Parts: sequence; structure tokens; C-alpha cells
Amino acid sequence: MSSVERGHSDHGTSQGRDLGAEARGGQFGQVPAGVDAEDPNAHRPEPIDVSVTETLIDDKTVDELRQIAARYPQSRSAMLPMLHLVQSVEGRVTPAGIEIIAEILDVSTADVSGVATFYTMYKRRPNGEYNVGVCTTALCAIMGGDDIYDRLTKELGVGHDETTPDGKITLERVECNAACDYAPVMMVNWEFFDNQTPDSAVETVTKLRHGVEITSTRGARITTWKQAERVLAGYSDDRADEGPTAGPASQLGVRLAAENNWKAPTPQEAADALAAARAAEGEEGAK
Amino acid sequence: MTETISAEPYSPDPITPVLTANWGDDRAWKLTNYERRGGYKALRTALQQPQGDLVQLVKDSQLRGRGGAGFPTGNKWGFLPDNGAPRYLVVNADESEPGACKDMPLMMASPHTLVEGIAISSYAFNAHYAFIYVRGEVLHVIRRLQQAVREAYSAGYLGRNMLGMGYDLEVIVHAGAGAYICGEETALLDSLEGRRGQPRLKPPFPAVAGLYGSPTVINNVESISTIPSIVANGADWFTSMGVDNGKGMGIFSLSGHVKNPGQIEVPLGTTLRQLLDITGGIREGHQLKFWTPGGSSSPIFTAEHLDTPLDYDSVMKAGSMLGTRSLQIFDETVSVVGAVTS
Repeated sequence: MSSVERGHSDHGTSQGRDLGAEARGGQFGQVPAGVDAEDPNAHRPEPIDVSVTETLIDDKTVDELRQIAARYPQSRSAMLPMLHLVQSVEGRVTPAGIEIIAEILDVSTADVSGVATFYTMYKRRPNGEYNVGVCTTALCAIMGGDDIYDRLTKELGVGHDETTPDGKITLERVECNAACDYAPVMMVNWEFFDNQTPDSAVETVTKLRHGVEITSTRGARITTWKQAERVLAGYSDDRADEGPTAGPASQLGVRLAAENNWKAPTPQEAADALAAARAAEGEEGAK
Repeated sequence: MTETISAEPYSPDPITPVLTANWGDDRAWKLTNYERRGGYKALRTALQQPQGDLVQLVKDSQLRGRGGAGFPTGNKWGFLPDNGAPRYLVVNADESEPGACKDMPLMMASPHTLVEGIAISSYAFNAHYAFIYVRGEVLHVIRRLQQAVREAYSAGYLGRNMLGMGYDLEVIVHAGAGAYICGEETALLDSLEGRRGQPRLKPPFPAVAGLYGSPTVINNVESISTIPSIVANGADWFTSMGVDNGKGMGIFSLSGHVKNPGQIEVPLGTTLRQLLDITGGIREGHQLKFWTPGGSSSPIFTAEHLDTPLDYDSVMKAGSMLGTRSLQIFDETVSVVGAVTS
């Protein structure tokens, strides 16, 4: 049974708080019949792994989860940032995190896990310290993204949404990340690495695995994936002032405009132009 | 008879930086640097005007939505019913359409342009809560937005009694979590309500029943960011750029097999040939084979369309969509079939 079906069957019938008991019954984490549990190619949506019941969520985190809920006119809107905060503590979405969010928002655990399983940034298994995403949407793929991804799978020995045995790197194919003028693009913990090559990508992941600090090509020093998730939940890491205003491609137009002394019209120029156009129209009309 | 008419049609410079004007500045994202360029003066001007006048100003500017559909922004604001329910502004900062890459650099370089636009727009149609729904996969953009909103609160541009002029506005930066569909406005609303991001049936339209079932305006980042310049310079200034039914300037994104990919802000109606001439053309030794005018969901153009004016109506007449002005350029080395199926 897929997690989606499970979510719907629970919905409305109970508050679903007793997720742990179900999990201990072994149903929730079961592999569907006919799918080889060892088959790395069986990339079908899987339910949240509830076999681990320990949690790192403490009172401070619970307070912060409540703070997030209080930001919104209706608390359920806090669902996404709360899940980000859970990941920042737990390294993935955990059953304990789901239960606490459900309790604070007064919704069922099925509601929370239904949301968590919809969005690709929420991880059902422990994520690596660094999330490396290679854009393989059409334009990046053509510009070299496919080659980068292939090279990284060989280098790291993992496929899409898999983590290296040392727990350092989770590799992903990502969809267009809105940086097409810097194609091919790689994201490390959701920071831009622009204009990549297979060699530069390998160099980056090698540094990450050896604990060498690296910096985004137009952003900040790379933080851990958990810390990045904390920023997404709305908690500052004081790195906003790092990096440039814009990368060179973003500045293409302003650079050319400066070189040629091209400007947007001033309001006066626009008014003069309008007056001239009206005069011309009047002349035309008079004929 | 035509010889006697001396006035030539007014033609602005080929590049018209307004929203991008400060992208070359050092630390343009800081409030003090934004203010040094005149930032937040438009907000002060706006708060001294009756709200209805601002809606009329935006209608007069003929600004059409910059997120793809091209709906007239002022008209959208005018649709909100007067039913006493709270009104909301939701800025669509999801930018997930393949090829689109203008809003992210805007928010990274000059987040205050958007924040000022939000403050003015919310006041104009009487919203006291505004949300920036930004995709989660852009950490540094989110940092700059969060900081800009904090700075704007501290300076009194947001929050209770903005600039001491009696208006209250709360602005929330809301990070998504990875779902292409959330760029669609009703899926975005479901996501913002803490649900799976699935599109709603229309009607009702968000203007009538949007966020929490209340009247809601959903506008693209660039649309809202354009508002301060219209308030500062006037509707006639805005309409002096562009073409009929496509007024003003817009950010165009060049990517793929061009010598110089990047962002370039020009009057609507500029052609790809003009853009390529200005920016250096196709990469050395190759020819243009096909391109998208408005991202991956817009039907493909070829070299035949080099002189099609890139405005809403002309592109539609030629069989495609202006969309997000995401010009993905491919040369003869690329198979069209390969590109559309990859």
C-alpha cells in the first residue's frame, strides 16, 4: 500500500496519533509485494520509515515549532516550515516530528505525513550532510548536466536520492532551479554552483567529503544540510551578507547598458515624447 | 502628406534598466543602499494617496502580469469583492518553469524592490497580510528576502502603523519544499495553507475565494517589483516604453547556446534578433535552430521568428506564448525531439 493510500484511509477516521503502534505492527514500513527490497532501482514512493522511534526533538525545538505556527493567521499554514525545522533537527522527517506537528496544528498525523510525502525536499531516510543536486532538466541536460550527473554517480557510487555510506553526500537529479543562464547548474544544500563541468563537480564533492569549506559561486559559505533546513524554517544563520549582489550573467544587461550609456527614459523624456506623439496625431487628424 | 510629419515615434534606448538598475551595485541588497537610490520614497508617496487612486494608476499603466499569463495587474486588483473578509497578497516566487530565471536574481540582488512593491500593493487593495511564497531550493535568495523583510520592519516600512501613517501590514517569507506544480497559483494556495500542492478548480477564482477562502491577489515577483517604479514615475512614463497591449519594460532571460547568456531588461516588443545583436549572438561557429520565447511550456520558435516582437499579442499571433520571457536558445547540434523528451 502506498503512503498516499494510507494517508487517505486514515484521513477523517481518526486523529491518527497512534502511528507508533501501527508501525510496530510492521504494516507501515512494509515493502509492497513483488518489489525486491534490495533492488536499488525500485524508486517508487516509499512510506516514511517509522522503524526508528528515537527523537532529537527537545523542548527548545517544540517551542520553536509553536513559534512558527504562531506566525500565520491560520496555523496550518506553518506546516511546511515546521517540517523544515524537524528536518534541521532530525536529519529527515521522523514519526516523532510528525506527531508533534500534528499535535501543535491539531490535525491528524496522516495529514502531516500526507504533506511530507508530497514534497521532494522532505526526506524519508536520513539525508547526507550535503545534498548535491544536479539539474537535468532539458536545457541544463543539453549544456552538460547529464554528463555531470553520470560522472557523480560513478564517483560517489550512488544513484538518485541515495546517500554515500559515510553519510556525507546525498545525490539527486533536480528539476530546473531557475539559474538557466548559468547552465549547467549544480546545487549544494540549495546554494548555486554555476557553470559546472564534470571535473568541477567532482572537485566540489571531493572537498565536501574531506571537510574542506567551500563557497557557492554566487552565495554564501556552504553550511550543513540541517543548518540550511533551519534557515528555510525561518531562522537566520547570519550569512545573508555573504556573496555578491549578482553573478556575471545576471548583470549582462546592466553591464551593456553602462558601456553604451543606455538608460530607461526619465519621466520628463516620457512626457515630452507623449506630447510630441499627441501633436503629431493632432496634425494628422487636421489633414 | 507623410513627409510633413516630422515627429518620429519615440524610441527608448535598447536596454532600459529599472528593476535591474542596481544589480551592478556593491551590496545592493542592503536597505541603506536601496534607500540611497531613492528606495521607499514611492511607498511614502503611495501612503499619502487614496487607495483607489493607486489601483487606477496601475490600471492606467497597463501593466500586465510578468509571471506568464499576462493578465492586467490593475484589473486583477479591481476584482476583489467588497465583502468585509480579510484580503491577502500572495507573491508567487516559485519560479519553477524551466527556462525562467529572472525572479531569483531579482530577489537576491534587490529584495527591497519586491518588499517595497508588496507594501505599496497591499495598501492599494487593502491587504494587511502578504506572503512571499518562494521555492525552497534557493537558500541564499531566501536569506536575502528574510533579511530584507526584517530590515523593512525595523525601519518602519512594514508592521504596525507603517511610516506612522496608520496602515498595518505583516509580511511573511514562506519557503516551499520542492514541487513544480506549486507555481500554479491555486496549487500554491493549497501549499501555503499547509496542504499538498494540488490545483483547485476555478471558479471560484482566487480574487473571490483564495487563501483561507478570502479574496486574494496572486502576483508574480516582477509584477509587484514593477509597482514602485510606476508610483515614482507615473503611468505615462511606463507606457512610453513597449508596444500596444504590451507596455513597459521586462526582464528577458537568455540561456543555452548563446555567447553571453544572462538577464537583460528591455522594452516589451524587442525582438530576439535585436537581443542577439546587443548581447553577442549565437555561440561561435553555430547557427540558431530553435528557441522558446516563454520557457519550456511555450511552443517552440525557429529562425523564422527572429523578428517577431516579443510582446504578449505578437508572440501569441505567431503561435506561442510570451510566458516568462525565458529565451532558451538551441543551435543545430541539438535534436528538437531530444530536447522536448529529455
